Amino acid sequence: MQREIVLPGTYLGERKGRKITNCYVEGDKVFSKVLGVLKISEEEISVVPLAGKYFPKVGDRIIGRIEEIEVSGWWVDINSPYEAFLPLGEAVEEFVDVRRVDLSRFYDINDIIFCKITKVTKNKIIQVSMKDMLARKLFGGVMIKITPYKVARVIGKGGSMIEMIKKKTGSEIYVGQNGVIWIKGGNKEKAIEAILTIEKEAHVVGLTEKIAKMLGD
Amino acid sequence: MKKPEAPLIVNGRRVDGRLPEEIREIKMSIGDISNADGSARVSFGNTEAIVAVYGPRALFPKFLQESDVGLVRVNYSMSPFSVDERKNPAPDRRSIEISKVTKEALTSAIFVEDFPKAVVDIYENIIQADGSTRVTAINAASLALASAGIPMKDLVAACSVGKVSGTLIVDLNGKEDNYSESDMAVAMMPSKGLVTLLQMDGLLTKEEVMELLMKAEEVCKKIYELQKKTLFDRFKVEREEE
Amino acid sequence: MEEFVKDYLNQGKRIDGRGFRDYRHIEIKHSVVSKAEGSSFVNLGGTKVFAGVKLDIGSPFPDSPNEGILIVNAEFTPLSSPDIEPGPPGEDAIELARIVDRIIRESHAIELEKLFIEEGKVWVVYVDLSVLDMNGNLMDASMLASTEALLHTKIPKIENGKIVRGEFTSKLPMAFKPVSVTIGKYGSNLLVDLNKEEEEIVDARLVIGVRDDDKICAIQKQGIGTFSIKNVENALDLAIEKSKELRRLL
Repeated sequence: MQREIVLPGTYLGERKGRKITNCYVEGDKVFSKVLGVLKISEEEISVVPLAGKYFPKVGDRIIGRIEEIEVSGWWVDINSPYEAFLPLGEAVEEFVDVRRVDLSRFYDINDIIFCKITKVTKNKIIQVSMKDMLARKLFGGVMIKITPYKVARVIGKGGSMIEMIKKKTGSEIYVGQNGVIWIKGGNKEKAIEAILTIEKEAHVVGLTEKIAKMLGD
Repeated sequence: MKKPEAPLIVNGRRVDGRLPEEIREIKMSIGDISNADGSARVSFGNTEAIVAVYGPRALFPKFLQESDVGLVRVNYSMSPFSVDERKNPAPDRRSIEISKVTKEALTSAIFVEDFPKAVVDIYENIIQADGSTRVTAINAASLALASAGIPMKDLVAACSVGKVSGTLIVDLNGKEDNYSESDMAVAMMPSKGLVTLLQMDGLLTKEEVMELLMKAEEVCKKIYELQKKTLFDRFKVEREEE
Repeated sequence: MEEFVKDYLNQGKRIDGRGFRDYRHIEIKHSVVSKAEGSSFVNLGGTKVFAGVKLDIGSPFPDSPNEGILIVNAEFTPLSSPDIEPGPPGEDAIELARIVDRIIRESHAIELEKLFIEEGKVWVVYVDLSVLDMNGNLMDASMLASTEALLHTKIPKIENGKIVRGEFTSKLPMAFKPVSVTIGKYGSNLLVDLNKEEEEIVDARLVIGVRDDDKICAIQKQGIGTFSIKNVENALDLAIEKSKELRRLL
């Protein structure tokens, strides 16, 4: 199905009470704010950007790097213009006496974590949490960065694309909504090649078959 | 006003053979600078500008941050080899003024509320100067901003208009720029009919100013179509597998 | 304070009781600095600027060997505002100086051809603006100060190729009295002479340089808002009208 590319200022239609994403309104007229792909339905008008930085949303699972240790938590680099904070209470189950314990015991500088965005305020104060079923520290492995807006393609419908890559390469792979992807073991090189190809050719027809072929058996 | 050595309009044609309302050949391309978040190159005849956009990114030092809006910074500079007499690469007063008005012209179109405490840096470099450099750079900056995913109300298109030897013209080249009775730089959000940059010097009646402004709007609309086409060509239609 | 000012504007009023088309009280004095060849002081509603003109002998530009040279500079002194720090002119001061220069130059206010001394020597006219207090509309205040200072500038005597300061031969040849009218746009309203608070909240400003014969010699849009083409036309009309009032003060 063909999707329309729109530009900043492209007129998209009348709002008619619909939810809008990456758009702005003048009266009831809706315009695109960014260069992207238009998704329009009865309930919603949204533009999926073709480029841009990662802007965190609550619920996103992302891969971050511990940057700084504070008294009551850690600052995390989440590959965004904004840093996130991991409060002690969201990272550690037990009670911690901050006067006696060095927080680096739990998470040290440059540790990699797979965590969840739990708070995004209007002024872009970002909070993450490790209290998520899937959250964990990631040891070893390598990381690559892709455009955040291509992550959905890498994951595929219902996770089909990423599962195929994992299966065919035998690698452990974590995909962050923030465009950071962590890979360990198996045929890492092939996995990375596949992911970078998806990023470059997300629009190409028959991409799934192409990737499947690339990965062999 | 400096007097030109030879008349600028002969038999209704300009020094480079153009008619008064004719624009030079325009070339536009996107993505020349791979390290940048967005980049573009635009040339009008022999004037060429290349622009790189970085951001939104974290803004330091912290005291520069505004908690509810983002910042836009522009640095306009001319390469030493872009002009006849080598230009000293150090920022001069003209470049500082151009950077300021360009920043204001582009910020008009950008949704700075969408990236509070962060900054979008726009670096403009003039590779070749043959008149109308600041507007050429603004045209490139628009493309670079859009391709970087920066949220905007509209693209910004810009052009120069002016008066030479009593005739109103559009898209001034270097010679015309130097010897004009008046020149005016205009940038607009063409689909909104809103002017974001307006600078004029020379001597014009109010009617002449308005006539030139209308001509500028027409030219900006043409440039806008080219900008849109350049973006569409670069980011081809996405076909998603269902 | 911002909200307060906006409330008033929304009701068609200004906090100091002025109409949208009224300038504040303007005080202009000339020849206030004895060491300068020409000088003036302007107090426009609390915005205070000194303009000083100094003349020197210099070499002409190669493409205009018989013309004098004009150089304009502006300093926003740290005295004038809590936001200004000592140091070289920032972008606002540079822009201001360049617009004043542009208006004087493009209007041909100074008859530069009459500033030729001899082969390879012309008069260089330095206009320096010193801002002492900022309460909005620095542009128009600076332009008034510059033109007033120039109108009262005298050319010093030259003896044996050297300038004799304090002795004069003639007045600086001035053909016109250009002024600037800065207009702010708030919603669909146009206002002249913005005070400090109004400058913070208007969408954008248009500085318009007008000559005695109503010709426009410079336009500069300032600020991050926008103007429609109709707004520009209305602003030009308003500027031409107000320029006559301002010129009468010189």
